[in-house]
Formats: sequence, C-alpha cells, structure tokens
Amino acid sequence: MNPYKRSPFIKVATVLVYFFLYAPIIGLIVFAFNSSRTNVFFGGFITQWGPLQMEGSTVVQSPCGPFHWFCDLTQNREVMSATKNTLTIALISTISATVIGTMAALALQRYNFKLKGFSQLSLYIPIVIPEIVMGIGILVLFSQAFNFLNSSLGLLGDSRLTLGLPTVIVSHIAFSIPFVTLVVQARLQGFDKSFEEAAMDLGANELVTFWRVTFPMILPGVLSGALLAFTLSLDDFVITFFTTGPGATTLPIYVYGLLRRIITPQVNALSTVWVLVVVAIVFLLQRIQSRET
Amino acid sequence: MSEFAVELQDVVKRFPTPEGGEVLAVDHVTMQIKNGEFFSMLGSSGCGKTTSLRMVAGFEWPTSGEVYIEGIAQGHTPPFKRPVNTVFQSYALFQHMTVFQNVAFGLEMDGAGKDEIKKRVARALEMVQLTGMDRRYPRQLSGGQQQRVALARAIVKTPDVLLLDEPLGALDLKLRKEMQLELKALQQKLGITFVYVTHDQEEALTMSDRIAVMSQGKVLQMGSPVEIYERPNCKFVADFIGTSNFLEGTVKSLEKGMANVFIPAFNTEIKGIVSGEVSVGETVAVSVRPEKIRLADKAVLNQNCFEGTIDLVTYIGSDTHLYVGLNGMKLKVWEQNKISSLDPTAYYTVGQKVWLALFPENTLVMASE
Ligand SMILES: Nc1ncnc2c1ncn2[C@@H]1O[C@H](COP(=O)(O)OP(=O)(O)OP(=O)(O)O)[C@@H](O)[C@H]1O
Ligand SMILES: [Mg+2]
Repeated sequence: MNPYKRSPFIKVATVLVYFFLYAPIIGLIVFAFNSSRTNVFFGGFITQWGPLQMEGSTVVQSPCGPFHWFCDLTQNREVMSATKNTLTIALISTISATVIGTMAALALQRYNFKLKGFSQLSLYIPIVIPEIVMGIGILVLFSQAFNFLNSSLGLLGDSRLTLGLPTVIVSHIAFSIPFVTLVVQARLQGFDKSFEEAAMDLGANELVTFWRVTFPMILPGVLSGALLAFTLSLDDFVITFFTTGPGATTLPIYVYGLLRRIITPQVNALSTVWVLVVVAIVFLLQRIQSRET
Repeated sequence: MSEFAVELQDVVKRFPTPEGGEVLAVDHVTMQIKNGEFFSMLGSSGCGKTTSLRMVAGFEWPTSGEVYIEGIAQGHTPPFKRPVNTVFQSYALFQHMTVFQNVAFGLEMDGAGKDEIKKRVARALEMVQLTGMDRRYPRQLSGGQQQRVALARAIVKTPDVLLLDEPLGALDLKLRKEMQLELKALQQKLGITFVYVTHDQEEALTMSDRIAVMSQGKVLQMGSPVEIYERPNCKFVADFIGTSNFLEGTVKSLEKGMANVFIPAFNTEIKGIVSGEVSVGETVAVSVRPEKIRLADKAVLNQNCFEGTIDLVTYIGSDTHLYVGLNGMKLKVWEQNKISSLDPTAYYTVGQKVWLALFPENTLVMASE
C-alpha cells in the first residue's frame, strides 16, 4: 500500500513538467518543416516536390519536399564549417579527456600518494564552479600566456598565437576530465585487484593485463564517461564563447549569432538534427548502463 | 631439480598502516617445502598466511629475507615470470570471458597453439569435472563450479607449485568435504607441490603431508599432521589444533625425554613426555587431550592419578563428553560409547566420583608460550 494519497496536484504537476520540457522541442521540430520563411508563424507543411518555388516568403515547392530546410542547411557553408568544427572539437576532446580521465580514476583507485584527498576534491571544483567563471579564467590564462609568448618569442602578424580551434579543444578537454574520472571511478568501486593479480599470475605482463582484463571490465564506465564528455562538448556554449577565435565557430556559437539576425526554419532544421543526435547518444548510454548491472 | 619446491628464508614483511605506523605481517619466517608435497599454512585470522603466500606468488616482496622457488632466489621477479599459479579465495574469474577463455588465458600467454590450447583446456576441465561447461560465463555457474574453474585455470599450465588461498572458504560444509578429497586426489595425480592456506585445522589435518602452524607472523611448528597433533611444541599449537586440557606447573627434573612437573593446583608432581623444548625450573604447560584420559573407579597408577567429581555429562552419540571437577579445575574427558544400552545408569552421571588416569605417555610437557 502506498501511504501517500494520490493528490490531483501530482497529475497537474506531471502534465506541466512534461509540457514545459517537451512542448518546445516538439514545436521546434514541427517548425523545421514550416513552409514560411519566418519562424514567427506556422504556414503549414511544404508538401510539393519539385524545383524551388516561392510565393513571397512562403515556400510552395522544393526539390527536397518537406525536408526543404534540411537541404537548405547543407548548402549553407557556415553551418557546414561550424558542424565540422563542433565535431572535430568534440571528437578530439572526448578522446583526450577519456584517456586522461580514465588514467586519473585508475591512479586514484590504485595508489596512495600525498595530496590524494586534494586530487579527489579538485575533481569536483570544475563541476560546481559557474561555467562563466571558468570561461573567464581560461580566457585570461590564454591571453596572458599568448601575450607573454608572442612578445618573448617576437612573434608578429599571422604567426602570433591567438585563440582558435586548439584553445577551444584544450578547454573542452579540461572541463570534461572530471566528468569522465567520476564516472569511471563509480565503475571502479569494488573492482577487485585480484582480477589483475590473477592475470599476472597466469603469465600476463602489466600491459597485457590492462588490455585483456582491466580495460574490458571497466569499459562500460569508460564508454559512459566518453559519451558524457561528447555531449558536454557538443553543446557547450559559455566556455567555447570565451576561448574561440576567428574560423573556429561552433554550432552553438553560430546559432546564437543567427538568432540576433533573423530566425529562419533553417535553425529549426539544424536543432532537430542536433536533438536527434543527442537523443541517440542518450539511448546508447542507457543501453550501456543497463548492460552494466 | 632442487630438493625444495619453495623455500622462505628468514622472510620479514612489514606493511605501512594508514595511521603512519607499521604492521609486522610476517616475522622472520623460514620454511622449506619439498617437491610434490601437500603443504599447509594453518593459523587464525591475521597471522600472515595470505601475506606469506602472496610473497611466493610475487604479489608482494619481502621487506627482508628471500623467497626461493626451485632453488632460485626470486628477488623482485614479477608474478608473470614465476613458475607458480594461484587459486584465489575469491576465485577472481574473468567475468567477461567464458569458462574456456578463462582456462585458456594462461596458455595463450605462453604462446601455445590453438589446437594445443583446445586439447589442454579440455583435459583440465575434465580433471575438475566441468566437461561441457566451457561456453558458460562465470556468473552462470554455482559457487562450487566457479571454484573448479579457478582450479582448472591454475593447473592447466602445470606449474611447479600451486598456491591455494583458502580455496574452499566460500563453499558449504558438505561441498567443502567433497572438494577436500578431490583436491588431495588431484594433487597426488598431478604430483605438483601444493601450498595450501587455511584457518580450518580439520581441513589441514585431513589433506596435508606437512603443516606449518602460524601465529602473529611467526611459524610456531612445522611437521606432519600426526606430529602436530601428538607432539605440539607449545601450548598455542596444542590449543589451536584439536582440544586439550592444560595444567600449569614448574619442571622439577628431566630424564630420557620425560619430565616431572610440580602442579601447584594439585600440590603434587605429574610425569609426562617432553614435547618441544623445556628446561628445569621453567614454568610449563602440561597438556592432556580429552580422549586420552582414562576414567576408572579406583587409582590405576601410583602417579598421575586423581579423584574428581563429574560436573557435566553430554551424550553426543559416538562419544560422551564429560567435565570432571577436581581441586577447583575442570578437565574435559571424552569417552567413546563402546556399549549400546538404553539404561541410563550404564553411562556416567553428574555427581559421580571417578578417578582420572593421565598416563605419562599421553601427557605432554611443553613450553607455555
Ligand atoms: N596490504 C596491506 N597493508 C597493510 N596491512 C596488511 C596488508 N595486507 C595484510 N596486512 C596485515 O598483515 C597481517 C597479516 O595479514 P594476512 O592477510 O596475511 O593474514 P591471514 O593469515 O591471511 O588472515 P586471514 O585468515 O584472515 O585471511 C594482518 O594484520 C593484516 O592486517
Ligand atoms: Mg588470508
């Protein structure tokens, strides 16, 4: 017996929560198929396939039919380059952060060293600290370092060190590491060192032991950590905003820029693709975690 | 081949504690384990058995002293270069590998060919009666079956020495008894040296050729089960292995392996066999096992004979366990029930007066520490 009475409030709250969470997303997806060029009102779906025909600001017919804005998107060089940047940053930072974060988790699990408690604590700080503070901090660090290096090495013009893709990548690696480490650490809880000892006892050296025994056993944790790092990097705005430079625009930064000009359903199409990718990742994560138990 | 499969020479192991102190886990241990022997390390929890075994396997290095395997000093040789294999108490089976892959792992590491691996894994699984289970994962096996996989995985490489750390600890009593016999049979069949760690004295007595009794990091006595049980060299061993009655006394005289000991509680001297080493004037323990005390209705000896009153009678089927009070002490006496009678008066009763005969050849005089 449930000791709590079902109050009607629960139903109302549930509906409201779902409404505010999902109505915007559904609206966003519906508007990706909008025939109107302006995002303010819905002009119906584009139903005709064929050469592009416009009537005023309404698309009557498109070679891609209802998927007009998605095709339109692929024609947009800026979007394509932002997508490329975003994926490059996400891939490199995910791989690096996963490797470093996993190694950190293993070290914290395995060894006793001075400052171990501090190291553990220092993992939480980047997570709880406001992102904007981190962003400003990283920006200050880079500009100070670059100023110093540029002047002391006498770098001029194009050869000067400036903000760009590499600085974004480094920052993303930095803020992803704690998340990876914490996720892998959770997996390592109760990891018995006798598995590794058994492998070595049977003739496997340290390296073989790691790849054949330790890594497969912690792989679900490592994958969860990597996917988390990937999604964090994909949609990071604040830190990227502070550390990016010319030619290193990412999707979040690009969309933000669009919003200040004119919102066309292109943005919706882009966001729809994005939502689908993230949902796919979340499903994958859930699959991994349910297999873990 | 060296005479000894494993030798520990004056091995000391200290561990740092988190509080900044040190634990002396193994304290100047020297032991020699012969080839083909079933050798057990027996002792209560925390006495350093596991640590000693782990130093042979190579998971820990001695703080001082040396471990030899087949006559070769091991120094800091890593585990994967030592000709020994271990059966872990927790089994430590690789959860992401099938039974076959688990058992094959060691052979793969040796670079054995596919066909050879198949053949040898099949043979090992047959030896532990797991034929047909090779495609299962460890989580799909019972505790006893997992134990067998761990065993197969360790013997498939035919190591010189097999190390077993309380391998039967997690099994229920019946299965444990079965496995004890199987392990012993397997050891005789393979002819491999077994070094077996247990805190179960019965297990050690049943299976071992020789036993090292350990306490607080030290080896107190090493010998065959009969030697350990019949001639314990100190009170701790006599108390730890089996059950014994102890009387405290002072050695008055020694001759031809016998000692006369003055027992203040009885205000008289008792004669017994010297077990271990004692000297005149030393405070010693006199030990008599309860099954070796003879009950009689009159004094049957002119020494070592005392009259007492039965305090407690416990009938346990094959035996009757009695507590006999004398001079304020209680001695345990076990009598085998050689008769079959329903008449209560045929057995001992509380309050009955009896004479206890502690035959000198059943009475042991040993160091009290
Ligand atoms: N890695 C370690 N760090 C610190 N102390 C340890 C370590 N390993 C063992 N010890 C200590 O050394 C002593 C002996 O431990 P050991 O594991 O050898 O005992 P044991 O005889 O196997 O006991 P049990 O029957 O409970 O398994 C214990 O006091 C234990 O606390
Ligand atoms: Mg132990």
